[in-house]
Amino acid sequence: MSTAVALDRVSFRYGPRLPRAVCEITLDIAAGAATAILGPNGSGKSTLLHLILGLHMPQQGSVRLMDGACEPGAPGVSSRVVGLVPQDEPVAFNLNVLEYVLLGRAPYLGLLQRPTARDRAVAFQALETVGIRDLWDRSTPTLSGGERQLATMARALTQEPSILLLDEPTSHLDVANARRVVGIIRRVLETGRTVIFTTHDPNAAAAAADEVVLMRQGCVLGAGRVRETLTPASLSATYDVAISVLNEGRSRPLVELYDQGGKSWNP
Amino acid sequence: MSVESEPRAVVARAIGFRRRLWILGGLLAAGVLVALMLGRYPGPYVTPLEALAQDALARSVVLNLRMPRIIAAVALGAVLAASGTTFQFIFRNPLVDSGFLGVSQGAAFGASLAIVALGGSAAVVQGCAALFAFLGLAASTFMARRLHLGDWVLRLVMAGIGVSAVYSAGTGVVKYLADPLRQLPDITFWLLGGLWAITWVDVAHMLPVVLPCLIVLVLMRWRLNLLSLRDETAFSLGVVPGRERMLMLIAAVAATAVVVSKAGQIGWVGLIVPHIARRSLGADAQRALPGGMLIGALFVLLCDTAARTAFSGEIPLGILTSFIGAALFFSLLMRNELELRR
Repeated sequence: MSTAVALDRVSFRYGPRLPRAVCEITLDIAAGAATAILGPNGSGKSTLLHLILGLHMPQQGSVRLMDGACEPGAPGVSSRVVGLVPQDEPVAFNLNVLEYVLLGRAPYLGLLQRPTARDRAVAFQALETVGIRDLWDRSTPTLSGGERQLATMARALTQEPSILLLDEPTSHLDVANARRVVGIIRRVLETGRTVIFTTHDPNAAAAAADEVVLMRQGCVLGAGRVRETLTPASLSATYDVAISVLNEGRSRPLVELYDQGGKSWNP
Repeated sequence: MSVESEPRAVVARAIGFRRRLWILGGLLAAGVLVALMLGRYPGPYVTPLEALAQDALARSVVLNLRMPRIIAAVALGAVLAASGTTFQFIFRNPLVDSGFLGVSQGAAFGASLAIVALGGSAAVVQGCAALFAFLGLAASTFMARRLHLGDWVLRLVMAGIGVSAVYSAGTGVVKYLADPLRQLPDITFWLLGGLWAITWVDVAHMLPVVLPCLIVLVLMRWRLNLLSLRDETAFSLGVVPGRERMLMLIAAVAATAVVVSKAGQIGWVGLIVPHIARRSLGADAQRALPGGMLIGALFVLLCDTAARTAFSGEIPLGILTSFIGAALFFSLLMRNELELRR
């Protein structure tokens, strides 16, 4: 199986006096699969995503994309390979959905170029994929949280990236919209793309991912297939709380949290 | 999906936009013609066409006084609107204009200093205004690079506020030191803004800077949408945010510095016109910028024509634009049509 992202002993810190946000991570992320980077808040998930994007350059180690063919942040290339759906993307002015989604064509347009009919066709295709084609004319501030997340996904898909990065794609969404996003992730995989997303919710990882990477305090605690990696022991070590896994060993296990008294506690 | 499956409404909207742009262009052309024929010579208000053929002085007034002034008004309005739109997109803030980054305050300080300390000739005042406007941008950028909090936009806004405050204090000191009978009225009149002194020479000084800057802004206008996104998203789209912002800011500031150095402080155009353009033509910078330039040019042309013809004495243009701009601002505010949301 080819490798979408290869990290080799990658370390990164935000400032010389700050602790390492990511420490000595060596990891291969498979192409054509959905990989969840799972861990508690502040475990370095988003930093890892930004290292893959090329927004941050590692102080130590290296990151390579698509079997080493591309380096993150490489001018003119990287943005056609990697697309990002950030956690929250405010739009400063009242762009309509189509105008916003068309921004995803930027990697294919020169400094003085503007989107053409062909770019609009790609944008409409992306809107179709996420199921909001009918909303193309709506002003972005009038969208609900779920619709906005779908519009952001459409904007990233308009980039036609090989690797789609999503930062906490379901964290602000209700159950129905979270399920919709999971469905879109699975649909995106059918087009041969690689999906990498961060989440702090083990159930979201179990629902959408094929592979999972467990992170805590900037380090990788474990990585592998969902059914093998999402075990009570590994999850309890990651979150520092008692966790049991229903349907353990199945491809889509269900995770349940327990408080110190052993009582079930699911948020 | 085929290109043909694009909804008809998308095509219809593009046609509608182009039509509105042509209408605005037509109104501007008509405004220029009317402004050429309005004035206080040979009689009040309208200059008859026969006068142009028979009266050499009337011909000279139209060609050598009104014409350069009208060109300057059109350029001034277009530049202030284009730079206001650019600033608002780049700073993701609908309440900023070229007054940010110490540009306008720098020009005001430079002009005041030239009037008090350097003899006050027109060339020196304009040169000093342009120089200190650019120094305002340079100081704001330098300070922003030294700050260690927030993203680039926040750092630049904070640095701009600081530099503007220093320039304002400097202008206060210069006014305090100025001769109250000889120099202070000159400073006050410059700060109020106006195009009464514009000649063909001034137009020839302005256009070689203004035209290339406006061309850069117009050609790169779609990128403004990208630059209004967060840095991480813009980066993921292949944008080099710092470099592109700087390129567009330099174009906006250079054009503003040149027109402000000729016309003085003309308030509210750069703030209110981009709002009107976005409301009437769409929020996409692709539409808002060229539309705003035409609206800004028309607005300043009308204000300047009123300023020189409405009364026997000229009203400073800056006062008129501020009154009308503030009224429009309140009107948008009352109708809840101002984009104050982030």
